Amino acid sequence: MNQAIAMPTYDDEVVKKFVIAASFWGIVGFLVGITIAFQLAYPILNLDLEWTSFGRLRPVHTSAVIFAFGGNILIGSSLYIVQRTCRVPLFGGPKLANMVFWGYQIFIVLAASGYVLGVTQSKEYAEPEWYTDIWLTVIWVMYLVVFAGTLIKRKESHIYVANWFFLAFIITVALLHIGNNVALPVSWFGAKSYIAWAGVRDAMTQWWYGHNAVGFFLTAGFLGMMYYFIPKQAQRPVYSYRLSVIHFWAITFLYIWAGPHHLHYTALPDWAQTLGMTFSIMLWMPSWGGMINGIMTLSGAWDKLRTDPVLRFLVTSVGFYGMSTFEGPLMAIKVVNSLSHYTDWTIGHVHSGALGWNALVSFGALYYLVPKLWNRERLYSLRLVNLHFWFATMGIVLYITAMWISGIMQGLMWRTYDSLGFLQYSFIESVEAMHPYYVIRAVGGVLFLVGAIIMVYNLWMTAKGRTRDEAPIALAPSASSAGN
Amino acid sequence: MQSLLERNAILLSIAILITVSIGGLVQIVPLYTIENTIEKVDGMRPYTPLEQAGRNIYIREGCYLCHSQMIRPFRDEAERYGHYSLAAESMYDHPFQWGSKRTGPDLARVGGKYSNEWHTEHMINPRAVVPESIMPGYSFMAETLLGFDDAAEHLKTLRAVGVPYSDEQIARAIDDLNAQATGEDGDGDIEGFQSRYAKAPLGDFDGDPTRLTEMDALIAYLQMLGTLVDFSSLDAKAIER
Amino acid sequence: MDFATIVEMAKSSWVLWLMALFIFIVFWAFRPKNKKRFEEDAKMIFKDDENGGANHGGN
Repeated sequence: MNQAIAMPTYDDEVVKKFVIAASFWGIVGFLVGITIAFQLAYPILNLDLEWTSFGRLRPVHTSAVIFAFGGNILIGSSLYIVQRTCRVPLFGGPKLANMVFWGYQIFIVLAASGYVLGVTQSKEYAEPEWYTDIWLTVIWVMYLVVFAGTLIKRKESHIYVANWFFLAFIITVALLHIGNNVALPVSWFGAKSYIAWAGVRDAMTQWWYGHNAVGFFLTAGFLGMMYYFIPKQAQRPVYSYRLSVIHFWAITFLYIWAGPHHLHYTALPDWAQTLGMTFSIMLWMPSWGGMINGIMTLSGAWDKLRTDPVLRFLVTSVGFYGMSTFEGPLMAIKVVNSLSHYTDWTIGHVHSGALGWNALVSFGALYYLVPKLWNRERLYSLRLVNLHFWFATMGIVLYITAMWISGIMQGLMWRTYDSLGFLQYSFIESVEAMHPYYVIRAVGGVLFLVGAIIMVYNLWMTAKGRTRDEAPIALAPSASSAGN
Repeated sequence: MQSLLERNAILLSIAILITVSIGGLVQIVPLYTIENTIEKVDGMRPYTPLEQAGRNIYIREGCYLCHSQMIRPFRDEAERYGHYSLAAESMYDHPFQWGSKRTGPDLARVGGKYSNEWHTEHMINPRAVVPESIMPGYSFMAETLLGFDDAAEHLKTLRAVGVPYSDEQIARAIDDLNAQATGEDGDGDIEGFQSRYAKAPLGDFDGDPTRLTEMDALIAYLQMLGTLVDFSSLDAKAIER
Repeated sequence: MDFATIVEMAKSSWVLWLMALFIFIVFWAFRPKNKKRFEEDAKMIFKDDENGGANHGGN
């Protein structure tokens, strides 16, 4: 190592905290998810208490997995990556980054405790009330300052593409969060507020937000992770850097238009629905461009998939990304949507993206980061990583197939007529028919959680510096994860 | 141009901001400027204080997570739920409650479909009325006194965000709340209440006239859902989609 | 042709404008002249590896 590439000391203590928080909130989020999945199969589990009903716990689940698990791994890995690709420590030093960390955890606790107590503004994925929204805005601006400040003081002339995606994620989420949450509190000392927008305009604003929470939180940010961790873990540069440039601008421009596909056939004007549908279908192309770019990074090194389960997590996640970004445009077509909307098919689609893409790529990132951050030779056990992989994959398969069947069945039952021209099924018959699939879905969730618990154990032992005495996977020694 | 962007973080940020702003502006701004976005129909009025209190409970419990309030223009939905929903019908909804999932049925026109007794029974123990139901029980609502002493403040806040409450409606918020929930009014001005809020359901809702509970408010809200617009006297052209 | 007509044209043909912009980005990304520096950019994440990438100042 010559002097020219001497590495500065990076601020990694705060990244460690984000990694720990992500692991913790992941388990919490999955656990609440399983709870509400079983509540749908066995309603007695609602306990008839106000704090434990499905309606109050469901936002706890969605916020915990998206903002607590996903958010912590996103912020953590973005801070890890930006330092290494700019070759400077964080702007503002560990102090400012620590404020972002603790501020963000306080946001999570404020939001979740509110839901359980019935404090919600009832906008999906934007449930926190005004005081929590303001708090998050402050923290988010601090995060932007840390990230953009580090970019500005970088020692590399080029800004690596992963950082473009992170920057788009941070800026757009700020815009969406503020736009969707303009509200007037009834009193400055109470939790309740009324949102500034009403009816159809509120609906459009909400799904402009809601769909782009998917587009920029769950896609752009995670693509940033993909563009760093897959090349690093595979030890090959990304398949086509030029494609990644096009991928970036196409995604950034097209995603923002897709929101109205959540409002097909509603009282939203037709022109808006048509725009939403058109752009949703166009999105298929850059999404697959990105998927191809991620997967083809392995071209010429496919054998690594056999020996490196961490890489397998990362690459499978991109496969699921491709699958859900094909299913999404399909469901945005109005005829298909007339069947799928309001049914479990939507829930299945969301989870093929959330479990298959977001969670798997996050697990891959955690397996990559922990040995690096705690300065360990390798992971405690690659065989356990492998075991986790199979638990997670089985769980996802059970989950999404159950929801496909139940969703399509629901949609068909609602619109089936008998030979006399009457509706064949009452609504409650469609509810009854869902029961077996709700059980299968919940079991899928349990498998997924078991896998995640195995991961946390593995990471814990790795951080403690232990290595499991085990036979290597396939032929090669387990060097790949300790490689760089 | 691109080479400049990738070397300048601030320029890159601005380019991103412009790129993501276009779509949102094109889709949201016209909803305020195009006139027929919200149909002109008769009958729409702001919520009564009791209905608004019930609506807040509906929001608090996350009912929108399993029940939609948006009927689509299909034959089967028309037969199951009634006339498709108009944008005008949610014009005073802060926030909207269209929902995105029907784990339970649509509620956009549930008003008047079931009796108050049925609703009370069903909320306390859904499976006592519909054995196959998977809805949580909400027995606590029948026990919890309604806390809406600051009704006037709520109406004032709603007026600030665009709901056309009159000064009189705000001043009489608490009286109107009690008038609707008991069918009688402190000043005996039940007619005044009815002239302020057309078609508002009156009387005790939860079967216990001695107390004003959260159940009263929630059922008052459910019983008015979708009842305001009279579709029989409506010009079909005006609401064509 | 007055200013208003030009504005009207720009408004009605926004799809074309965006298309042109997009084609420009594609052209720029795939321009043979830029090939080498993109390949360098893609490799920049490996500079901190102990086993290679010692050519500092790639682009």
